[in-house]
Amino acid sequence: MGRVIESIVNRGDKAMNYTIKKENNCLVVAPTGEIDMSITDALRRDVDRAMEQNKVFNIIFDLDKVSFVDSSGLGVILGRYKKVTAAGGRVFLTGAGPQVRKVLELSGLLTLLEEHPSVEHVISKIS
Amino acid sequence: MNKAVLEFSSRAENVAFARVTVATFVSQVDFTLPDLEEIKVAVSEAVSNAIIHGYENNPDQVVRLEISIADEYMELVVIDRGKGIEDIEKALEPAFSTDPERMGLGFSFMQSFMDKFNVQSEPGKGTRVKMSRRAGAPRRAVVPEQ
Repeated sequence: MGRVIESIVNRGDKAMNYTIKKENNCLVVAPTGEIDMSITDALRRDVDRAMEQNKVFNIIFDLDKVSFVDSSGLGVILGRYKKVTAAGGRVFLTGAGPQVRKVLELSGLLTLLEEHPSVEHVISKIS
Repeated sequence: MNKAVLEFSSRAENVAFARVTVATFVSQVDFTLPDLEEIKVAVSEAVSNAIIHGYENNPDQVVRLEISIADEYMELVVIDRGKGIEDIEKALEPAFSTDPERMGLGFSFMQSFMDKFNVQSEPGKGTRVKMSRRAGAPRRAVVPEQ
């Protein structure tokens, strides 16, 4: 089955930016760089808006290009998890590198969220 | 002892600046790259706390960092003159947060990634978070799962 990819948001600067794309019935949120409190308000707002406007409540956080995350960044993921599960959706994680994975494990988020090897893997699983 | 003092505006974009500055200074100690990544998380958490909670996101205040290194040891103090913490014990509980969008794990991460950790605070006066780590020391137990 072909994938429908629609770019919704492409925002940020050199240090930290993110894209939000709609692929089939998922939002793929792909930040680049470091996720801390300087980006979380905008990221939160844009993901929530994309969910509402597109009526899509499955989210893939693709962390492949994320070099750093702290608890502010994790808070965005957790907050989206609470919203999408209330709407019957699911949240997936892909691509977490060593530092990001260490923080995710410490936070307990990996016990809540499904982790998969790649975005493509998630798309094919839930399509 | 080798010391550095850094003061900067309580702006969100300066959290990354604080991370990089501390990591650069303490890289004079024989920490591994993963150690430095952990120290950067602790810095990020402490500075974010000062801005978000101490100064309630007012960008016109000042956050102060005092960094010291000696032999295989580093110490960091993060100071704000913000509203202070009413109940330190409660604030230190893992996953305690007054905000549903926040995980309340800042202090837990600091404790997990540093060897010693201490918070002093006085309501209306400010907060002082002191952390230290020795290169090559075995890590402490992780935070309990949520």
